[in-house]
Amino acid sequence: MNLLEAKNLYKSFGNINAVSDISISLNVGEVIGFLGPNGAGKSTTMKILTGFLEADCGSIEIKKIDLSKDPINAKSIIGYLPEGAPSYSDMTVKSFLYFVGKMRGLKDELLEKRLEIMLKDINLTEVQNQIIETLSKGYKRRVGIAQALIHDPDILILDEPTDGLDPNQKFEMRKLIKSISKNKGIIISTHILEEVEAVCSRTIIISSGKVLLNKETKDILKNKKENLDSIFRKITK
Amino acid sequence: MKLYIEKLMIIFNREFTGYFRTPLASIFLLVFLALSAGMTFFMGQFFQRGQADLNSFFVWHPWLFLILMPAIGMRLWAEERKSGTIELLMTLPVTNSQLVLGKFLASWFFTLLAIIMTIPIWITVNYLGEPDNGVIFISYLGSWLMAGCFLSLTSCLSMLTKNQVIAFIVSTISCFIMVMAGFGLVLASVRSWAPLWLTEVIQSFSFLSHFKRIQYGVLDLTTFIFFISMIMICISINIFLVQLKKAD
Repeated sequence: MNLLEAKNLYKSFGNINAVSDISISLNVGEVIGFLGPNGAGKSTTMKILTGFLEADCGSIEIKKIDLSKDPINAKSIIGYLPEGAPSYSDMTVKSFLYFVGKMRGLKDELLEKRLEIMLKDINLTEVQNQIIETLSKGYKRRVGIAQALIHDPDILILDEPTDGLDPNQKFEMRKLIKSISKNKGIIISTHILEEVEAVCSRTIIISSGKVLLNKETKDILKNKKENLDSIFRKITK
Repeated sequence: MKLYIEKLMIIFNREFTGYFRTPLASIFLLVFLALSAGMTFFMGQFFQRGQADLNSFFVWHPWLFLILMPAIGMRLWAEERKSGTIELLMTLPVTNSQLVLGKFLASWFFTLLAIIMTIPIWITVNYLGEPDNGVIFISYLGSWLMAGCFLSLTSCLSMLTKNQVIAFIVSTISCFIMVMAGFGLVLASVRSWAPLWLTEVIQSFSFLSHFKRIQYGVLDLTTFIFFISMIMICISINIFLVQLKKAD
């Protein structure tokens, strides 16, 4: 089942073409790894897909809902972790998740249930009453993931979810992404190639705002002569 | 409509309680109460005047709000932009108008709380004499409406920068201009070279001129419409700026 269909997206800032003719299709059970060097246009594309930025041209349909025509309903289907996992640092973990849940339209009873699940599944129970400002980077990132998942969205868009995490935390995060990917569509932007190999079913490499490669990860890994690392370096040079 | 108000109230609650999550609320309330009492009793010579009214209390409000309203409103958008939470906020299923209104109303009702906390002065003047309570009530209402103008202007300007200090300075200067537009000295200097209609236009935009009328118990439709229109204009510009500057 198709969850997201983005066609021919363009976005420029002044003379700079940040996104140039990018098309993405996301289906249930698919995890797309969005790879690219710094400034390739990964974050801009994600911002467009989540409705934060408007594309100069192109179209985005979220479960057949046109994002530009009905942004409220389209946005409610998406869970988004922005780059750097921003959150309200003066709130406690629980009150922040409660706020996002309420904004997502969850009713009290369901929200309480979802909060319980999030705190347990993302290992936030012991810090639930702690002010976010006092948390470590790893915990802050987990809070970011929890807010993106609080309404159990069909589509999850994660901008560098493992950035700044230690190896154990990275492992846990990948495990979590894999476990929830069966009935969702997930797009992850990352610099880490091994992450793509570990969790992504499809790999998209972009550079200078253009898609250079869009392939099933298993097909890339079949190639014994070249691994993802060498392909990445070769096409993004 | 119900859903619109529900979301607006969630934003309102987060912002309103946000003032109390940091020492900002207590510092603001303390400074506001200390300054308004100090100005009323010492600079306004409340007792020496021997009159049962609160003119010596309300006369300082435009000058107090000039500093204190930018202090409350500077964080409204500048902080969201600096911390990146604006991206989180604007990818939630919520409209720009809900966000702007929710934030503005939270700061406006926080100011109402501060104004309500000065009621002991009202009680004092009733204890000492027989004031016209209708005039005092209208003055309180006018003071709150004027605070709304200062706040909506500050909220609007705080969207233009990520730096709260810059937001504070620019807002204070802008509010100062809006107050000074009705000051006698400014009007006299404009009158010396400008045509009468221009002087009247400048005066008609002054917070001070409108507030003076209210202070004497005259809350006519023009004054009421002026304050409400100013708030609505600033909020509309704010909504436009949120769309324009969110990703800068």
